[in-house]
Amino acid sequence: MNLWLTLTVNSIALGGLLFLLSSGFSLIFGLMRIPNLMHGSFFMLGAYFGVTLLWKGFNFWAAALLSAAGIAVIGGLIERFLLRRLEGQILPQVLLTLGFAFIVGDLCLMLWTGDPWQPATPPELRGAVQVAGLFFPLYRLVIVLVALVIAVALWLLVDWTRLGAMIRAGVDDAPIARVVGIKVSQLFTLVFALGAALAAFGGVMGAPYLSVYPGLDFEMLPLALIVVILGGVGSLLGALAGSFLIGFLYNFGQALFPDLAYVILFLPMLLILVLRPQGLFGKVVP
Amino acid sequence: MTLRSAFAAVALMLLFTLPIWLGGHPYYINISSQILFWAVAALALNVLVGYAGLVSLGHAGLLAMTGYTAGLLLQAGYGHLTADLAAIVVTLAASAVFAVLALRSTGIGFLMITLALGQIVWGIAYRWASLTNGDNGVNVVSRPAPFGISLASPEAFYYTTLLLFLLAVLSMRVFVRSPFGASVRGTRDQARRMTALGYNVWLIRFLAFLVSGFWSGIAGLLYVYYHQFIAPPTASLQASAEILLMVISGGTATLLGPIAGAAIVVIMKNVVSAYIERWNLVLGLIFILIITFMPEGLVPGSVRWWRAGRQWLRVRTNGWAARPARERSP
Amino acid sequence: MTALTVKALNKSFGGLRVTANVDLVVEPGERRLIIGPNGAGKTTLFNLMTGEIAPDSGSIVLFGRDITRAACRRRAHLGLARTYQIITLFSHDTILRNVTLALLGLSPLRWNVLADLDGQRHLVDRARGALGKVGLDHIAERPLAQTSYGERRRVEIAMALAQEPKVLLLDEPFAGLSIDERRDVQKLLRAIPREVTVVMIEHNMDVALDLADRITLLHFGEVVVEGTRAEVVADPRTGEVYLGG
Repeated sequence: MNLWLTLTVNSIALGGLLFLLSSGFSLIFGLMRIPNLMHGSFFMLGAYFGVTLLWKGFNFWAAALLSAAGIAVIGGLIERFLLRRLEGQILPQVLLTLGFAFIVGDLCLMLWTGDPWQPATPPELRGAVQVAGLFFPLYRLVIVLVALVIAVALWLLVDWTRLGAMIRAGVDDAPIARVVGIKVSQLFTLVFALGAALAAFGGVMGAPYLSVYPGLDFEMLPLALIVVILGGVGSLLGALAGSFLIGFLYNFGQALFPDLAYVILFLPMLLILVLRPQGLFGKVVP
Repeated sequence: MTLRSAFAAVALMLLFTLPIWLGGHPYYINISSQILFWAVAALALNVLVGYAGLVSLGHAGLLAMTGYTAGLLLQAGYGHLTADLAAIVVTLAASAVFAVLALRSTGIGFLMITLALGQIVWGIAYRWASLTNGDNGVNVVSRPAPFGISLASPEAFYYTTLLLFLLAVLSMRVFVRSPFGASVRGTRDQARRMTALGYNVWLIRFLAFLVSGFWSGIAGLLYVYYHQFIAPPTASLQASAEILLMVISGGTATLLGPIAGAAIVVIMKNVVSAYIERWNLVLGLIFILIITFMPEGLVPGSVRWWRAGRQWLRVRTNGWAARPARERSP
Repeated sequence: MTALTVKALNKSFGGLRVTANVDLVVEPGERRLIIGPNGAGKTTLFNLMTGEIAPDSGSIVLFGRDITRAACRRRAHLGLARTYQIITLFSHDTILRNVTLALLGLSPLRWNVLADLDGQRHLVDRARGALGKVGLDHIAERPLAQTSYGERRRVEIAMALAQEPKVLLLDEPFAGLSIDERRDVQKLLRAIPREVTVVMIEHNMDVALDLADRITLLHFGEVVVEGTRAEVVADPRTGEVYLGG
């Protein structure tokens, strides 16, 4: 009983982190039509930044937000000065992000060495809470809570603000959006930076739980990919559903079939591809 | 045409006498073998990237699958011929599965799905340790000895690789000039029109994938016999990216492109690794530089820059009149 | 047996009805002109006929054979060919190769991995012949990228005619052409043998009206007027569609 409970809590915690990772990926893919292959790098780099800030004595939330901001700037600069040069050429843009992923991976290895870093859980969030006679690790619940808060915030942004309307217009039809006066190029930069920030924030939040180590970038990237293919491109609800589904699959899979755990993750993705290529909540086939 | 044949003849001569003019140095002969079988892998990927217009980031998975299947069967006691044939069959089956799934989409979707599929192969290699020995990899005790000739020496292996390489190039050349090859390129340029003209575009792409998978398999066999070892990194995303880099750096439009690309990447990797530990960084930088400045590939791109440079020189020395008529503004 | 019978064809994209209960009967050898203002659904009708999009309801019968469910590529083999409004040719090839590809689409040779395509004399000669019919055989070896717009339009027509179709769908064959080029294409189209039934979409009235036996006027996806040239011109609804009100 205790094992299943632990697995469940871990699953929703991982789901929360995956949502932070893949919501950005989904937004970028939905708007710019490029699967950002450096998204895992943003997650990892954000985690490293956060860990360094924490080591320098910053408050946890400050570290997370500063790190997200820093990665947002990096992402924005890459988009503005390199990706934008290749505007309209999807494949070269994707390959460019892949190139950057390799560069970032090695830079992190050089700067932070090959040892894993795991910051301590912030003191105010340690320990467990008791709900209905059962104990839940507080920090993991906080991860889920934060992910849900951000999910609501993103939903409000996309569905209720003018900016969100512009994003939705850009997702639907970028050329026409330009014609009606929406500055699509600037929107691209903004969304790319936003996606990067979300991933970085997720990285910092995940650091006390997953730790941060070389290779984290390329471990997280396929997960983002699976979540988005599963949930549907450009759909926040899809990213949410997909993230939690994968969180559960990963944890329960590890426990039940450790040898095949990694592969099990891909199975729903393959099923969706065969049965419903646009994903659970998506509208277009990628 | 004659100039080309002359080039080809010289190239062939050089390739056949390579061990001699490399002074019998095992290191350099081995690098040449590596260039040749990676060239086969790059040519295989180019069938999809260059001719079918489908970019795959999962081809290292196919190559590794062949290597692992052969290696594991050899470890289980099977003979070389059985192991190798079985490995190719398995790779073809895997290619078929890859194709059916990846062709649910085209363009970026295809890329994402092949990436995921390659990751699955990596995941099996890495995590299913009871099958694949995980991180420890699979050792291949000895190279085959067809007709009693041992392939243990660098020279012998080089000539075997050369033979298979030349077969690959020849078959690619025939493929490119064939009606089917033209159909494949047609689906790259105007898939919708091809359908309206009566072609079965999905089937064409599927078969092209199988051809690509077959030669990736051959490269995989050469790989595992060369290193006499295979481990999960061979199936990684990074490895797939390297093969893709070979294709795009050399240029996808010609047969020579992927071969040149393989040479560039293999040489650079060996040279760089001697001085810097951070090959990934260099790999990423090269990717970015090529995509930004020479997207058509190093070979065609260099030609373009060379021509542009000569043009610029001509204008500087001879003035505006030196520019060709159509470039002067009306 | 009619050449092409379309019955009660319907297609909607989301809430937008692009083809509304369209009936069309084209007799063998007929020259049918389909006209209508922009957005009337003319090209969509063609796409439905070729199978590039699937109808919501209705049927399409080609020389007695129901092709409503037939795959697009199958219809080419059954004798349906088309040209496109926007030029979609193979830009990396010569114009001879473009036409050869059109011929290859219907030939079992297209699965051959060993033969040399350029060496297939019978195919290449037929392609050259098709180019000759449109007056382009003197530049057969020229890369498409180095041809003019007018020449490319003619290549399109050559590709369609090369397949010796039973029904030829021409989507705005005169679009973007100069006066001289239009005259050449007009001559070309007049020379098409009566074995080929031609259905043509065109905006350009002065050249198209001449070629047509019967005219169908589409507006908002439905057939508004149909009849001979005289009938359609005289019909008051024609004026309404084009002038509004």
